[in-house]
Amino acid sequence: MIPLAHEIAVRVTDLSYRYPDGTGALSGVDLVVRRGESVGILGPNGAGKSTLALHLNGILSGDGHVEIMGLPVNKKNIREIRSMVGLVFQDPDDQLFSPTVREDVAFGPLNQRLEPEQVDHVVSRALRWVGMEGAEKRSPFHMSFGEKKRIALATVLAMDPEILVLDEPVSNLDPRGRRTFTELIDSLNVTKLIITHDLEMARSTCNRLVVMDGGTVVADGQPSSILGDPELLERHGLM
Amino acid sequence: MHHDFIDRYSRLASPVHSLDPRAKIAALFTLIIVCVITPPEEWWPFCIYAAMVVVIAAASRLPAKYLLTRVLVVLPFIVVVAIFVPFMHKGGPSFDLGLFHVSQDGLIILWGVTIKALISVACLVLLSATTPFNDLMHGFERLRVPHFFTTAAAFMYRYIFVIIDEAERMGRARDSRNFHGRWLWQAGVVGRMAGTLFLRSHERAERVFEAMSSRGFDGTFPRWQEGKMRAADCVFIAMVASTAIAARLVVLWK
Repeated sequence: MIPLAHEIAVRVTDLSYRYPDGTGALSGVDLVVRRGESVGILGPNGAGKSTLALHLNGILSGDGHVEIMGLPVNKKNIREIRSMVGLVFQDPDDQLFSPTVREDVAFGPLNQRLEPEQVDHVVSRALRWVGMEGAEKRSPFHMSFGEKKRIALATVLAMDPEILVLDEPVSNLDPRGRRTFTELIDSLNVTKLIITHDLEMARSTCNRLVVMDGGTVVADGQPSSILGDPELLERHGLM
Repeated sequence: MHHDFIDRYSRLASPVHSLDPRAKIAALFTLIIVCVITPPEEWWPFCIYAAMVVVIAAASRLPAKYLLTRVLVVLPFIVVVAIFVPFMHKGGPSFDLGLFHVSQDGLIILWGVTIKALISVACLVLLSATTPFNDLMHGFERLRVPHFFTTAAAFMYRYIFVIIDEAERMGRARDSRNFHGRWLWQAGVVGRMAGTLFLRSHERAERVFEAMSSRGFDGTFPRWQEGKMRAADCVFIAMVASTAIAARLVVLWK
């Protein structure tokens, strides 16, 4: 069934990208994500998953076409695109650069030109969502890894994105941190693209899985059919 | 190593801590400039400047030992630079010490350099020890110091510890493979580690920038929450600046 245009959150058409040093990262990626879907992107290291994520809000721009909520990703639309696509990076130390949590969470909303009174409200709401209320004055550097992950998520949620792109959200977390963070992600009611190696999380959180390898999409389907195909998982280094 | 290294006492509660950073910057920099342009032949203005520093320090409730050790850090540098001046200076009256001649003008120069350096450093230590680093940078920004400097300093403050951690991890991994660093031919290893650390920091900088761009960063930092100068801030600037300038003017007119 062809989805209606207004139902489409992300449309990637024939996207290819080469890093400046000549390494090919993406070759002819096609992907359509409907609104409200929770799509897991699986694949071995170097499959191009993170590179694809960086194309979704125009940090990188390769050959091909990327559309977010019907809006092509280009220089002109970049501000709107970045408000709609929230990218959470793998290493929270890359995401959290401010001396205090509050400034970091406020950074996105301020760039969206929100009024200062609104910003305070948005910051405390985002921190409440991730279960870190009252952490405004703390320094991200002093936090545990799990707390940093939560704050990194809050910095993006504060911008009220339509689409959340999470790069390895549970890597390096201990089992309990993994579980609570997964539950937190489940509770968010937005379109989600989740890059992960964690098959358990892919099973519990995603309603569709996409397997990438060698810079292209090699499988796309229901979690039960993808995860129930050991040969596929083996072939692409997932098992 | 922790953030305490820089911000250990900057979050205490005291009249000085609660002043607007801009007031502290303006007052203490005025004091520094006036002190530096006071001729060293008169000793009493320096007593006034030093007394002001002592009063502010007492009001800040910072531990005296902490302040003293921080201020005395500069002494060795002064000694190296200026200690020979009294012996080398030519002209003017001098005292004969047998082997050496000690020039009176040279002694005055040594005294001037020492007292000015100590008072200036004491002002800067007071400023940084009573203001959280971050607020200090905001203060400078709002006094129109170019963003480039304050941003570079703020990023250094945020990431220096991440980079030190990275260096420590590399060091541990290296030592685990039985590296002792005793031989000259092992110096190359240290050099390559420094290179690797630089590359990693560079890559991290790119990722940080990508993460910032993802949140709509377009090269200008958003401004937020401009505190207002209160009466106490203005009184502080007026008192410090007028006392220092008055002392300097009296010297000028005498």
